[in-house]
Amino acid sequence: MPGLTHYLVVSALLFSLGLFAVVTRRNTVAILMGVELMLNAANINLVAFNKYAAPGAMQGQIFALIVITLAACEAAVGLALVLAAYRTLETVYVDEINLMKW
Amino acid sequence: MTQAAWIIPLLPLAAFVLITAAGPRLPGRGAYVSIAGIVLAGIAGLVVLGEVIGGARADVTYTWAVLGAKPITVGFVVDPLSAIMLAMVGVVASLITIYSVGYMAGDPHYPRFFAYLSLFQFSMLFLILADNFLFIYAGWELVGLCSYLLIGFWFERPAAARAALKAFITTRVGDFSMMIGILIIFLHTGSLRFDEVFKSIQGGALAGPLLTAAAVLVFGGAVGKSAQVPLHVWLPDAMEGPTPVSALIHAATMVAAGVYLVARTYPLFLFSPNHAALTVVAYIGGITALIAATMGVVEDDIKRVLAYSTISQLGYMMLGLGVLGYTAGMFHLITHAFFKALLFLGAGSVIHGVATNNIKQMGGLAKLMPWTAWTFIAATLALTGIPPFAGFFSKDQVLAAAFAHDRVLWALGAAGAFLTSLYMGRLIWYTFAGTYRGGDPHGQAHAAGHAPGRPHESPAVMVVPLAILAVFAVFLGWAGAESLGNPFEKFIHFPGIEPVAPNFGLLVVSIAIAVAGWAAAAAIYVWRIVPSESLRQAAPWAYTLLVRRYFVDDFYAWVFLGLGGAVMRFAGLFDRYVVDGLVNLIGWLARQLGLGLRYVQTGREETYLLLVFLGVVVIVVVRLVW
Amino acid sequence: MTGEAIAFYILAAVTLGSAVVVVTSGNIVHSAAALVPGFLGVTGLYILLNAEFVAGIQVLIYAGAITVLILFAIMLTEGGTGLGGRQRNEQALVGATVAAAMAVLLIIVATRTGWTAGGGTLPPYTPGAIGQSFLRQNILVFEGTSIVLLVSLMGAIMTARRED
Repeated sequence: MPGLTHYLVVSALLFSLGLFAVVTRRNTVAILMGVELMLNAANINLVAFNKYAAPGAMQGQIFALIVITLAACEAAVGLALVLAAYRTLETVYVDEINLMKW
Repeated sequence: MTQAAWIIPLLPLAAFVLITAAGPRLPGRGAYVSIAGIVLAGIAGLVVLGEVIGGARADVTYTWAVLGAKPITVGFVVDPLSAIMLAMVGVVASLITIYSVGYMAGDPHYPRFFAYLSLFQFSMLFLILADNFLFIYAGWELVGLCSYLLIGFWFERPAAARAALKAFITTRVGDFSMMIGILIIFLHTGSLRFDEVFKSIQGGALAGPLLTAAAVLVFGGAVGKSAQVPLHVWLPDAMEGPTPVSALIHAATMVAAGVYLVARTYPLFLFSPNHAALTVVAYIGGITALIAATMGVVEDDIKRVLAYSTISQLGYMMLGLGVLGYTAGMFHLITHAFFKALLFLGAGSVIHGVATNNIKQMGGLAKLMPWTAWTFIAATLALTGIPPFAGFFSKDQVLAAAFAHDRVLWALGAAGAFLTSLYMGRLIWYTFAGTYRGGDPHGQAHAAGHAPGRPHESPAVMVVPLAILAVFAVFLGWAGAESLGNPFEKFIHFPGIEPVAPNFGLLVVSIAIAVAGWAAAAAIYVWRIVPSESLRQAAPWAYTLLVRRYFVDDFYAWVFLGLGGAVMRFAGLFDRYVVDGLVNLIGWLARQLGLGLRYVQTGREETYLLLVFLGVVVIVVVRLVW
Repeated sequence: MTGEAIAFYILAAVTLGSAVVVVTSGNIVHSAAALVPGFLGVTGLYILLNAEFVAGIQVLIYAGAITVLILFAIMLTEGGTGLGGRQRNEQALVGATVAAAMAVLLIIVATRTGWTAGGGTLPPYTPGAIGQSFLRQNILVFEGTSIVLLVSLMGAIMTARRED
């Protein structure tokens, strides 16, 4: 029977994979993908806690729904920024975007 | 006048201030103001002397500070000792100041000379009137300063500048020793005033080896100031200063301050167990008297011969004080001041006439400068102890006291007396006798307005003081003559010390020794029975030893400049590499740290993100582990 | 081994495996494509956790909209050729270490803590309960999120608009 800790372990691994992507990848879109993975991991946590630790209310699942919504907003705006940046800077690789660096 | 004697030093001080403020504009370009100051002080000094002979005394005190419950008082004292010194300094300094008008004429720094001269006169008179260790030490330092200023008067000459520094530093060693002695005395007796200190010592506040130590340390100051062995090295070099300076400071007054100090603080020495301190004083004096006389025999510079003579005679004074000849030592101080000042002023007159100091280039001056020559010879006879001149009485009293106390000391003194006659005879012969060996003295740019040709007598302003001093040199000795009841001894004596009974046999021996010295000088230099060259070849090592001044200067140079130099160089290296190195190390570390930390600020946000999560990891690890 | 456990392990494997592909693939389009099974795996986990409505929304939004959005962005930028330079930057080693450390720490915290079970049970039909809750206790959150959606919609349009 998978208990709370099983889900927490899965979520932890997913979170660190997303973290690796955010810190390591060069392509901006890839970084955003990593962010999505991290958000998903958080959602798993929330829902798992809702079922095992606080089943009386729906707060965990509602929180997860809000997170999904906001993740969608953030992805939209973020990718719009990537497009706008690509048009001006001709690149999507973060280490090549260094106009502000002296 | 006695009660107001403290005004006397202020007269030359006022002269100093006036000359410093307005020198070149004053009458005589400052000289007349200086003369006025010292002459008035001299007259006042004679008046005070008369009053003190009549029994007047004065002791003026002020409260200087209050330490805890005990006030420290300072002030002035007028008693026979200070009165006789006041009078002597006043008269001699007045004559020398008048003489300087002629000697320093044409010097571009004329006013400055008289300013310094007046400052020195103030310092010396202040020292004499002091009734406490503080004032005497203050006066001590002031005369040291004036000596430095006056030796280095012609400071553009490197030899003069070096000599001034040498004098100051050498006497500083003595001053330091004196300061320690004064501090020991103050610690144990709680006072700085002479009478209070002496009462405490009699009561036993300071006794035994500590008292001897304190006395010897205070004597150290006298060793420095009076150029006794081993601090005698500065006086011959001090002859770089103008001759009036040599006469006033380094013959008559400042160097006598050391003898005066010992006389003033005599109870310190008397109460030390077995008179240990007195023995130290006497032996240093005796050794100095002999050694300085030996060095005077080989000098060719007229002033240097007189300098060694001064050192030797100061040795006699110390010897006299050390063998309980309190009166004898002080009497010799007074007579010596007059005839030594005369000798120096005479030498100055000679130098003024021939424009050189080297006696080998003089000669025949007895006919060319008669007044100078005959006053000089009178002073020489006084110096060598030929009766009835002044030095005979005073030197003989010293030797008599020595004979009664310790034969070894007498032997030292007698040998010194023989040599005194020898080198003075040599000096007279080379300088005044025979024919003139030198060139045209006015070839050099020294004297202005002289007709070229042979040396001639000095102007009246220089010759008159010579004559006046000669009168003292001839007749002053009778003040201490036994046949006249020895009035000097009645005036200046230390309570409890009986004068030595006159020993007629010793008197004859003293005269014989002095005459023998003259005879030896004649044998070597005049009749050339044993010419000086053969003496030099017979014992070249002795000659080298004397000419190189017993290598004392070399030894001091090796110790202080050599060893001290090594210490200084080590300290310099230490400062540069260790101390500075430490500071540089800190700077270098900061720089390396900065260079290393540079890499944190890459300007790239992927690094910053990484650091954020790294920080989270670190915090959690720390929280878990602790 | 119950059926629930088997299902859990299979779904966990699918999710984590596709996440690895997303994170390490050299081809960005492969990464984007691997997102889909990942999200679907998460959906399965939600269903196991009795969160049916959330699972449905997850499929719709994540596997549907967001993945397509990402593909759009890839195609409209240079990643669309499928080629491109290296995908990992030079701090990969340190980053991997930090990520691994993070995983280890989270697992340690999760397993060490004694989670207390709360009282109550989940309602059998969650969508209704969620809806009720949105319009009763959490109405403020609901309205706020709507505004955020509106703002982000406008923002995305404004930002991505071609300026001519």
